[in-house]
Amino acid sequence: MKSFSALFSAIDATTSTTAKTAHLATYFQAAPEPDRVWCIALFSGRRPKRAVTTTRLAEWATEAAGIAPWLFDESYAVTGDLAETIALLLPPPEGPIHLTLTEAIQEVQSLHAEEDAQRKACVLALWAALPEEQRLVFNKLLTGGFRLGVSRKLMTRALAGATGLDEATLAHRLMGAWDPALTPWAAFIEETTEDVSRPYPFALAHGLEGAPEGLGAPEEWQAEWKWDGIRGQIILRNGVLHIWSRGEELMTDRFPEFATLPDFLPNGTVLDGEIVAWDGSKPLPFAALQTRIGRKSVTKKALSEAPAYFLVYDLLETGGTDLRSAPLSRRRAKLDRLLATLPSTLPISPSPLVPFTSWESLAEARAKAREAQAEGLMLKRRESPYFIGRKKGDWWKWKLDPLTIDAVMIYAQAGHGRRANLFTDFTFAVRDGNALVPFTKAYSGLTDTEFREITQWVRKNTLERFGPVRSVPAHHVFEIAFEGIQRSSRHKSGVALRFPRMLRWRHDKTPDQADTLAHLQDLLAQYG
Amino acid sequence: MTPVLTFTEKGIYCPAGDFFIDPWKRVDRVLITHGHADHARPGMGRYLATEAALPVMRMRLGNIQAEGIRYGERRRIGDATVSFHPAGHVPGSAQIRIEVGGEVWVVSGDYKVESDSFSEPFELVACHSFITESTFGLPVFRWAPQAQIAAELSRWWAENAAQGRVSFLGAYSLGKAQRLLSMLDPAQGLILTHSAIEATNDVLRAQGYALPPTQRITPETDRKAQSGAIILCPPSALGSAWAKRFGPSSEAMASGWMRLRGIRRRRGADTGFVISDHADWPGLLSAIKATGAENIYVTHGYTDIFARHLTELGLNAAVVPTEFGGETGAETPELEGEA
Repeated sequence: MKSFSALFSAIDATTSTTAKTAHLATYFQAAPEPDRVWCIALFSGRRPKRAVTTTRLAEWATEAAGIAPWLFDESYAVTGDLAETIALLLPPPEGPIHLTLTEAIQEVQSLHAEEDAQRKACVLALWAALPEEQRLVFNKLLTGGFRLGVSRKLMTRALAGATGLDEATLAHRLMGAWDPALTPWAAFIEETTEDVSRPYPFALAHGLEGAPEGLGAPEEWQAEWKWDGIRGQIILRNGVLHIWSRGEELMTDRFPEFATLPDFLPNGTVLDGEIVAWDGSKPLPFAALQTRIGRKSVTKKALSEAPAYFLVYDLLETGGTDLRSAPLSRRRAKLDRLLATLPSTLPISPSPLVPFTSWESLAEARAKAREAQAEGLMLKRRESPYFIGRKKGDWWKWKLDPLTIDAVMIYAQAGHGRRANLFTDFTFAVRDGNALVPFTKAYSGLTDTEFREITQWVRKNTLERFGPVRSVPAHHVFEIAFEGIQRSSRHKSGVALRFPRMLRWRHDKTPDQADTLAHLQDLLAQYG
Repeated sequence: MTPVLTFTEKGIYCPAGDFFIDPWKRVDRVLITHGHADHARPGMGRYLATEAALPVMRMRLGNIQAEGIRYGERRRIGDATVSFHPAGHVPGSAQIRIEVGGEVWVVSGDYKVESDSFSEPFELVACHSFITESTFGLPVFRWAPQAQIAAELSRWWAENAAQGRVSFLGAYSLGKAQRLLSMLDPAQGLILTHSAIEATNDVLRAQGYALPPTQRITPETDRKAQSGAIILCPPSALGSAWAKRFGPSSEAMASGWMRLRGIRRRRGADTGFVISDHADWPGLLSAIKATGAENIYVTHGYTDIFARHLTELGLNAAVVPTEFGGETGAETPELEGEA
């Protein structure tokens, strides 16, 4: 824990990715083997399962700190991070105790089997013994929220640097299901038996800024709809089907619609595509798909109202051969041939290409994306390989311009982490006669300077406090941008927005110039 | 009965002596706790401050009509008797004691309980009513002993020097910067200063405060020849074009706010030294308890939270709105530096 906490602090103290990579690489070379594996796991989103609820942790820390519970809550609101709040509030350590990272994680995991009283005793004992700088890391292990400005890509690069292995090979070996407690270091650095469920690292696109004219000749490019669903990989190897989300969550059981694919797809096939809810000819809005995620069992109702469908973008493996280095044009041709052999009743088909002859005609097609229930277009270079991660140049997202509405800010809440102590989370309302009807929250889109400015204003103009939330006078108007609008019974306004954010602070508008509920309802009728 | 002090929209007022303490609007007669901009403002009629605080105040406020007073000296103003006592915040800083008809009130201004071996150390003044700041009135704020910070600072400087980097240390130019200077060992390397800080150094040195030798950065300074040096500068100079001209560097910010990871990261400095000229949570509580005061008036900082906690401890605590600092001060670099 000592060296891992030191790594944590060193990474935390710099914004330079080169320096972060160097710190990680040094750690990979010096730390004991099981600690290195856990380090890989933690920085690729494989956290130990949370053994204690955050509520209990807060209670125990409050008790250990000898303060009133409300004072703990206020401290948390200011600090913006539970693990850190606890670390700051605990009395000075009685220590010393020396745990390796692996031992600390084993302690956390052993809590699962314990009774509540025993868990508490164990956590309190460790808190009392651990040096201050290790408490934060230990608490992060306890709460499972391990985010530290280290992307998986950066970690992989550091690992490549430390082992001398190729970054792409490592990125692939780090994918899929592996248990850090059971995986030896050698599994990453030596060629071992392939895990049949292992997905390929996803290729991702950057947003296109401005018009596509700068991309060169239109005939070098392929255009597809950009769907608003769940990006996923369907893998069929050794007759077993695995469906992975981009977040590397195994979703095979959640979508029984695809269970029959092994009867039709050839073995050794990997497909990249989008899972959408399907109305028979085109995707349903994302809200329909939402009824299928976030719940453990799939209900009959959900299956019939939001049947899943896989729109395939790419063929990554066929006949057990990795196709990723082949040009897209060839992969696409193979994909079309492969899927053409399948019965049309299967919930799978190639994501249709959007034909175009010039950038102007493509712009016209893009304008119709909403009718197709798409978010915009994807532009992919016909000669491009299937690369790893987000890379500029070969793939671009060309999204529709968002919908916008002018709304009044009525509540503000402080942010977390880097934004702790700044008001960054706001609730917005539209006008309805003399009343203001809240309809969305948004917390991104402003510059740091604007957030500081609005924070000063909120502090000076707070009307009432409801825990961490403050009500403020209706004064500031913001242009809210969003990707879609849906009817919703859970919201007072009757609508739910997709990806709302603040596009502009409308200093030029007063609250009586904000948009109305009627306007919002028009948008719902038009685009919902 | 008229209270000893009242809280007006111009500032803290003493009816018996007809004077204000650290007011923010223009008035005639003022008593000033210390020279920071949110306490000592220009444009007042007559100023009274400690002899130790006056030189810096004159530098900052220009030609003011001001009189000095020694620490502990009693002076009669109208029906009030006033005296100034060290607050341990910055050189020359004071708590102001006001006695009217046997009732004693103390305005702490900004204060720090731990002695930093540089500013005149905090003196406990017993009183009936105590006006306290609460900049760090939240239990997450707890400072390590100064010796520990000095060791960390020295190690950081040495590591940077070993790698051929300049060490930029951001700190407010009155108080914090000089305290940090007093913690540095000049044998470790060259100490350079931004002119904003050196101006204050000149004034304090002339008063007899002991500071290590420093070199003011001027347009003639060879920027590329300073690797291994430490440079003290105002927080606003960190990451500036001015700083970049010195080549490879590491930047640190010294402030009580550095205790919070979120604020440290937002500042964008590589390193944060948690060191403040304000009392931490245990410091505030111990000082308040030791004054024996029954009534506590809480000003700038986490006022609501701190006052509620004091109330739960059985004290008469009330929040007093002032224009000192911000609510947490974290968002303005100047105040961040002052903290």
